[in-house]
Amino acid sequence: MRPAAWGVIATVLAGIPLIAGDYYVNFTSQIFIAAIFAASLNLLVGYGGLPSLGHASYLGVAAYLSAWLYLKLGLAHWMTAPIALAATTLMAGLFGLIALRATGLGFLMLTLALSQVLWGTAYRWVSVTEGDNGLRGMTRPAPFGVSLENPAAFYYFALAITLLALWLMAKFVGSAFGATLRGTRDEARRMSALGHDVWLVRWITFVYSGFWGAVSGLLFVYYHKYIHPASLSLTSSAEALIGVIAGGSGTLAGPLIGSAIVMILKNYVSSYIERWNMLLGFVFIGIVIFMPDGLVPGIRRFRTRWWARWKARRS
Amino acid sequence: MTEALSLSGVNALYGDSHVLHEVSFSLSAGRVLALLGRNGAGKTTCMNAIIGFLPPRDGRISLFGEPIARLSPEAISRRGIGLVPQGRRIFPTLTVRENLVVARQLRPGTARPWTLERVSELFPRLQERQQQPAGSLSGGEQQMLAIGRALMGNPRVLLMDEPSEGLAPRIVAEVGQTIARLKKEGLSIVLVEQNIKLAFGLADDVVMLNTGRVAFSGGVDALRNDEATLTQHLGVF
Repeated sequence: MRPAAWGVIATVLAGIPLIAGDYYVNFTSQIFIAAIFAASLNLLVGYGGLPSLGHASYLGVAAYLSAWLYLKLGLAHWMTAPIALAATTLMAGLFGLIALRATGLGFLMLTLALSQVLWGTAYRWVSVTEGDNGLRGMTRPAPFGVSLENPAAFYYFALAITLLALWLMAKFVGSAFGATLRGTRDEARRMSALGHDVWLVRWITFVYSGFWGAVSGLLFVYYHKYIHPASLSLTSSAEALIGVIAGGSGTLAGPLIGSAIVMILKNYVSSYIERWNMLLGFVFIGIVIFMPDGLVPGIRRFRTRWWARWKARRS
Repeated sequence: MTEALSLSGVNALYGDSHVLHEVSFSLSAGRVLALLGRNGAGKTTCMNAIIGFLPPRDGRISLFGEPIARLSPEAISRRGIGLVPQGRRIFPTLTVRENLVVARQLRPGTARPWTLERVSELFPRLQERQQQPAGSLSGGEQQMLAIGRALMGNPRVLLMDEPSEGLAPRIVAEVGQTIARLKKEGLSIVLVEQNIKLAFGLADDVVMLNTGRVAFSGGVDALRNDEATLTQHLGVF
């Protein structure tokens, strides 16, 4: 996309709290959080060719850790945030050592198994996690003395973090390292014959992806002021994966659009239709039937074809 | 003369099938060695054994005296073996430029290291297509990209697996000129070819494989007029 297009999008997003009510402001904040989460998963799925069904681990653990440190140890937000990020990233490093014993289906099952362990722990280790009650009573931080309790204030905070996160992830995939990562997705063996340690490339990506998953987890717990084991569940991982695939894995915009669609169905449509999960399923199937690569590549192809036809008719 | 690459008594197996039998040959520094043979003679297997895709069961492979058999492919590449693989095998979704950048390796002591600029100068057509996905290139351009990619690693020995395969005669001539130029710059090259004319035009030495064994090894001039040997092992002329 051209810088002008980015400028237009940024202006529109910056204007939302000025014209829309609190409901829509809060709703868009949640989309931002889901977008960071999906974009971080896309680093693995889309750019690394490593389908993960355990990405909720990083969102959940970062959220639980910061809430627990704040509520049980009474640490301040400026301390809990870096500790939660560092610890979750470290956990991603360890999980990467295990999950990257395999690729493809094996990788998928290992990531799923690891996240199920965490989910089960969050449910059963009641003395720490309060089990099914979840940890409640979390507050939002007040960076530089600005309270984020107000929806618009939180919105701008989440927008700033989202833009930074997406920009840094875009830089990552566009770099020489990112090109190497994409090459390992296409022809892993060929990359090793060029002198790259394919395992190491994947592991670094796994850790980086886990870090941004943790960032989305912090925003998540600040927004809801509450964390429940459901955030660590398979459903949470799968929703993000559906967003990535529906939007177009391996594209920058795809996961943003895909996760926005999932969020709209989940939060907005669900107040009208009880079985919103069914509708999500139908929407996903529909997208995959008509645009097997996802919405963003599908629309891009449609536009190219439409352009060519339009130009042919003019000449 | 310094030995750039040498194989001695190399045996390699795909599962239970024994594909290389006691293969030995050596490439002297700055020379071009043509590795010839019919389809299935073991030429590509030989390449795979050298670059670590198919570690030999026994035997020695050394690069400028340093043993490299049974190292990982990435370790072998970092020691200075570059490969232009059969069928090009460029990364189709990466841009032309990215294909080159990911292969970059600097080797201390290289007099004139290969850089993006030098590769672009060698293949001006790649320069024009820098930002295109490599999958959109023509066959000839993909071959140039595969050669450029191997050069970006600043190899001490370059293996080329059938660089003329499937290309138009005009492009084959162009690839031939490129190889001649690389040879002039002092690069040591193993050239696997089915195109005998091209191979004879470039090679100093020839090794012929037949069903996984070395059938002939010697200077190119000795072989050029030895129709009996050529017919027996290649079935040409």
